[in-house]
Amino acid sequence: MASPALAVRPALALGRRRVVDRAMSVLFVAATVAAVTPLLLVVGYIAVQGAHGLSIALVTQLPAPVGEPGGGMGNAFVGSAILIAVASAIALPVGILSGVYLSEFGGGRFGDVLRFFTDVLTGVPSIVVGIVAYTILVVPLRSFSALSGGFALSIIMIPTVARTTEEALKRVPLTIREASLALGVHEWTTILRVVIPTGLAGIVTGAMLGIARISGETAPLLFTAFGSAFWQQGLLKPIAAVPLQIFQYAISPYTDWHEQAWAAALILMLLVLGLNVAIRAVTRTGFRTVR
Amino acid sequence: MDRTGARPPEALLEAAAPARGAAVAAPAASAVRIDSLGAWYGARKAIEGISLAIAPRTVTAVIGPSGCGKSTLIRCVDRLHEVTPGARVEGRVHVGDVDIYAPGTDPVAVRSMVGMVFQKPNPFPTMSVYENVAAGPRLRGSRIPRGALDDLVERNLRRAALWDEVKDKLGRPGADLSGGQQQRLCIARALATDPAVLLMDEPCSALDPISTYRIEELMRELAGDVTIVIVTHNMQQASRVSEWTAFVLAGDDGIGRLVEFDATEQLFTKPADPRTEAYITGRFG
Ligand SMILES: Nc1ncnc2c1ncn2[C@@H]1O[C@H](COP(=O)(O)OP(=O)(O)O)[C@@H](O)[C@H]1O
Ligand SMILES: [Mg+2]
Repeated sequence: MASPALAVRPALALGRRRVVDRAMSVLFVAATVAAVTPLLLVVGYIAVQGAHGLSIALVTQLPAPVGEPGGGMGNAFVGSAILIAVASAIALPVGILSGVYLSEFGGGRFGDVLRFFTDVLTGVPSIVVGIVAYTILVVPLRSFSALSGGFALSIIMIPTVARTTEEALKRVPLTIREASLALGVHEWTTILRVVIPTGLAGIVTGAMLGIARISGETAPLLFTAFGSAFWQQGLLKPIAAVPLQIFQYAISPYTDWHEQAWAAALILMLLVLGLNVAIRAVTRTGFRTVR
Repeated sequence: MDRTGARPPEALLEAAAPARGAAVAAPAASAVRIDSLGAWYGARKAIEGISLAIAPRTVTAVIGPSGCGKSTLIRCVDRLHEVTPGARVEGRVHVGDVDIYAPGTDPVAVRSMVGMVFQKPNPFPTMSVYENVAAGPRLRGSRIPRGALDDLVERNLRRAALWDEVKDKLGRPGADLSGGQQQRLCIARALATDPAVLLMDEPCSALDPISTYRIEELMRELAGDVTIVIVTHNMQQASRVSEWTAFVLAGDDGIGRLVEFDATEQLFTKPADPRTEAYITGRFG
C-alpha cells in the first residue's frame, strides 16, 4: 500500500515543479514586457510626433510672434543650460562634500540624521521644492530669476549626488586606505588624493545622474525661473527653460507651437538618453580601473 | 625604563635614523621593543601581555594559527591598529628609541618610519607603477625635484627586484602587473619612505610558488639594511627566511599570547614549550 504511493509522489512533485517553473517564467517575461512597453511607446510616440518639427531654427531662434510661422525656442535651450549650470554649481560641491562626509565620517548619530534627511529630501515632491525656493529667493529678491530656478533644481540634485558619492567612496577597499595611512600619509590627504580619485568614476556618475534627474523638471521652475520669451538677461531675471516652454506650448491652441513642443520634447529625451548612455560607459570603465 | 622616546614629534624622524647607523656601535639597541602589549577590538581583547625585542637588521617571523592575533600584533607596531573603529592598545612599543604610544607621539610620523606590506597586493588603482612608488614622499608633501624622484623610484624598484621587469612600463597602471609583481611594487612603495622597520603581513599568501620564492629571496637581501617582521602561517617559510621566530597562540579565552620567542633554528628543532612543539609538528592549528 505504502510503497506504490511513495513511488508515485516524486514523479508528481516533479511534474508540479515543472508547471510552476513554466508559469513563473511566463509571469516574469510578461512583467518585463509590461515594464518596457510604456517606455518604448513613449520613445516611439515622441519620435514620430517630434521628428518633423526638428529644425536648426528650433534650437537657435527666439519664438516668433503668435500667428507668424517659424521661430524656435533657442532661448529655452540656453536657459536650461544656464539653470543646470547654476544648479550644478551649488549641488556638486554641497552634494560631493556631504557624500564624502557620510562615507568617511558618517558612522555616528549625526551621519544617520544627515542620511535620513537626504532620503527624505529625495522624496519631497518637486513642486514643494519650488515653493521653498519661491519663499527663500523669489520673494526677497522681488523677481523670478535664473538664480532661484537653479537653486530649486539644486535642492533636487543634492541628495542624488550625495548618496552616489557616498556609495562610490564606500566601495573603495579598506586596504587601499590603509596602504596610504601606512605610508605616513595624513588622513585628509588620504581621502583627497587616494580615496576620492579611486572612487571618481562613481562620483562622476552621481553628477551625471543628478543632471539627468533635473533636466526634465518642470514644476519647481514654474514660480522660480518662470519662463521668458527672450534671451537670458542675467541671473536675477526670469529665464526660459525647455520643459517650461514645452508645457506652455502644449497647452496653447496653436498647432505649430504643438509641433515645436513635440520636437523639443524629442531633443530633451535624446539628451537625457545620451547622458544615461554616458553614465553606463563611465561606470563600466570605472569598475575596470578599481576592480 | 627607556624614556628617551618621550620627545616632541618633530624629532621622530631624526630619532629613527641614527638608531640604524649606530647599531654597530651599540648592538644592544633593539629595532623594535614591545612591552606587555595588549590590543582590543571594542570590548573584545585580541592579544595580551606580549613582550618582544627585535634586533636591528634581522628577519623575525611571527607564526601561529589563524585568528591568534598575528596581524593585530604587527599592526600595533605601525599604529595602524587604532585605525579600526573602537580599537585600543595597552602597553608600550619602541621603534628605535621612539616610544610610539607616548602621549605626544604623532601616529603619522610613526607610520612613516615603519613600512607595511599587506596580505593582498594593494597598489593604488588610479596610479601608475611610477606614481605608486613615489606615492609616500609625494602624498606626504615632500617637494622632491623630478630628477631626484626618478632616482628614488628607480632605486626602490631595484631594491624590490622589480626594476628590470617594469622599467619600460613605468607609466602603466600598477594594477596591470601580475600578482607577484604587484606585491613587489607594494614592497618598493613601502621602501621608498625609507623605513627602519618593514612589517609584512602574510605577503605571499595570495601568490604562486615562484613569486613567493622571489619575495623570500628579496627579504633576505633587504635584511641587510631594514629590520623585517613577517607574519606567516607557513612554517617552512618562517624557517627559510627568518633568524628569529615568535610563536603566538590564542588561549581558551580566545586571547593571543606569546608562547615562545627564540632563534628560528632553536625554536623549530628544540622548542622549549610543549605547545610550540605541538604546533610545529602539526598537532594543532
Ligand atoms: N576589525 C576587527 N574587528 C573585530 N575583531 C577583529 C578584527 N580584526 C581581527 N579581529 C579579531 O581579533 C583576533 C585576531 O585577529 P588577527 O590579528 O587578524 O589574527 P591573525 O592575523 O593571527 O589571523 C581574531 O579573533 C579576530 O576575530
Ligand atoms: Mg592575519
